[in-house]
Amino acid sequence: MTALGTIDSTNLNGGQKLAVKYFSVAAILFGAQIAFGLLAGLQYLIPDFLYGVLDFSINRMVHINAMVVWMLFGFIGSVYWLLEDESGIPVVGLKLGNLVFWIFTLAVAVVVAVYLLVQVGPGEQSTIWLITEGREYIEAPRWADIGIVVCLLVFFFNAAATFSKGKWTGIGGVLVLDLIALFGIYMAGMFYTTNISVDQYWWWWVIHLWVEATWEVLVGGLMAYGLMTVLGARRKIVETWLYIEVALMFGSGILGLGHHYFWIGTPEYWLTIGGFFSALEPVPLVAMVVHAVFDSGVKHMRSINHPAMGWLIAHAFGNFFGAGVWGFMHTLPQINLFTHGTQWSASHGHLAFFGAYATINIAFFYIALQKWRGNVWMSGGLIGGWKWKWSMVLLNLGMVGMTMGLLVAGYEQSQIERAIEGSSWAGYFAAQSHPWFQQGMFWRMIFGGMFAAGYALLILDLVTIGRRETRPALRPSAGG
Amino acid sequence: MITDIWWASGTFWRKTAIWVTAGSFVVLVFLTLDSMSQITAGTKRVPAYSAINHRIEYRFDEKRHVQAPVIGAEEPLFGRKLTEQEAEALVGKGKLTMQAKNCMSCHTLLGNGAYYAPDLTKAWLDPFWGSREVREELMVEFIKDPSDKVHNSLGRRMPKLGVTDEEAHAIVAFLKWMSSIDTNGFPYNFKPLDQGN
Repeated sequence: MTALGTIDSTNLNGGQKLAVKYFSVAAILFGAQIAFGLLAGLQYLIPDFLYGVLDFSINRMVHINAMVVWMLFGFIGSVYWLLEDESGIPVVGLKLGNLVFWIFTLAVAVVVAVYLLVQVGPGEQSTIWLITEGREYIEAPRWADIGIVVCLLVFFFNAAATFSKGKWTGIGGVLVLDLIALFGIYMAGMFYTTNISVDQYWWWWVIHLWVEATWEVLVGGLMAYGLMTVLGARRKIVETWLYIEVALMFGSGILGLGHHYFWIGTPEYWLTIGGFFSALEPVPLVAMVVHAVFDSGVKHMRSINHPAMGWLIAHAFGNFFGAGVWGFMHTLPQINLFTHGTQWSASHGHLAFFGAYATINIAFFYIALQKWRGNVWMSGGLIGGWKWKWSMVLLNLGMVGMTMGLLVAGYEQSQIERAIEGSSWAGYFAAQSHPWFQQGMFWRMIFGGMFAAGYALLILDLVTIGRRETRPALRPSAGG
Repeated sequence: MITDIWWASGTFWRKTAIWVTAGSFVVLVFLTLDSMSQITAGTKRVPAYSAINHRIEYRFDEKRHVQAPVIGAEEPLFGRKLTEQEAEALVGKGKLTMQAKNCMSCHTLLGNGAYYAPDLTKAWLDPFWGSREVREELMVEFIKDPSDKVHNSLGRRMPKLGVTDEEAHAIVAFLKWMSSIDTNGFPYNFKPLDQGN
């Protein structure tokens, strides 16, 4: 054991050493997501900016792909982080896991380089295989799809084999079953069809069942571990809550998939099924808020890691508002008919992905940093503690500001383009050039800048937090 | 202790979670099988690719109270009537090109995609093209090189994406076919191009 406050890998177990690699790449990709988001946002205000060089389509694709991958890397890292703690034994097949990390990272770099340098291809199958698949969120070419599935399979093997050989916990059981869905569902997006209705039907299996079901359950498991680690919450309590959340999440989320089947050619019964079940989707998110806040209260906010605790609470509320409330606002078909395909979706998407997933990954970054520096003090009165607080304020306020800017634009679009102008292209541009829309986009840009500043401060904080700290971490209180 | 009560016990909720998940998934599988049978090309909701041999209209359906596509009189695309196989090949080439050029990263198709450019669900029927007579040619020319064409007052332009003449024709075929899909009235209140009598 080296001195407190120094980054030293001997402070970590095998799985955790791998986890911090995943976290590092995740943090860099988070930066790429923001950078390309800023470029795309700027093109709404200055359409000729980078026209023909880095068009909106490319910036937007890298923006959302970087997001998917950094979140995935964050989740994978988090599971490796808790694997040995939970199972009680070293990770089975860690060497393979390490190898896959490098392959995965290299593949991501190649895919992004092709996105930026080659951009588009001829209308041939070879483009789908080598350059881009051209389907939102899963634009990655087919060779990379296969690679992703193989990487996720190895990840699944590491987790399942370690829990099987060591001991199963409730968190372990939920995570491993969830990982089956994680790679299984991805395969639903790996085929080509001319029929756009069939195409989008299965495409939503990947997008929705990942984001609104599998990922939600995964972060439910991470939250359970996070609360035990940071607050010393009791396993029996957090695992019971986890089961409740899984039941509610899958109970509403699986058939909630129907809210994407309103307008793509699918039968009318989806209007009823999708409307009903997706309206229930906020319920598990309420449960998560209650759970997190209740546990914090029981522990009198006595956490061993204030930044992580702050981000776990931000996750609970961000998930509820971003995914729950913002999703519910336009999920009923009667409203969605006017909001579908407008900036409403962008508003919801921004707050939901950040609130539900970015937050909990950041919490795990802090949990990792604490141990990496030799289990150093991270409670009240932290040296340089202003940094994590201000980065948290800037990131959250920046995101809320962007969400509001996009929401105003979305309302205006629903009203002018859809309700009044009848959804024609002339109507679309009437709405796009309206001052309310333009103002919404302007403020989105301003708050995007604030968000970027928050990111810069976050990275600075992650690099420096705990340095020169000589106090050991607070011990979590038992019981409760 | 509260966790001794059956409804607050971990065991009860673990079993509930498993049954709820499995049950929901089974229901989803059955609904998927039914949906697939209803959205295969050549059904009432998703017409055969040879629909591009006909005029496509978008009319208000009094019974459903939404607009729905109507396949009208014969009106072959580019003046050439295609067999079912030829039509499928052409529409397929168009769809593939739209993926290869990443159209969805600016446009929406059936409302899904990005929001930087207009929705393409009813692109074929949009009044932007002026009249039925010039539509096909205008569409082909626009797709091949939009960079110097009039778009809007915003200055937002579609870039030239290297679409070949053959690919542009195929994209138009795909767009015409897509406009024939019954989307439960989306987009609502749409006023299509006047296609004459």
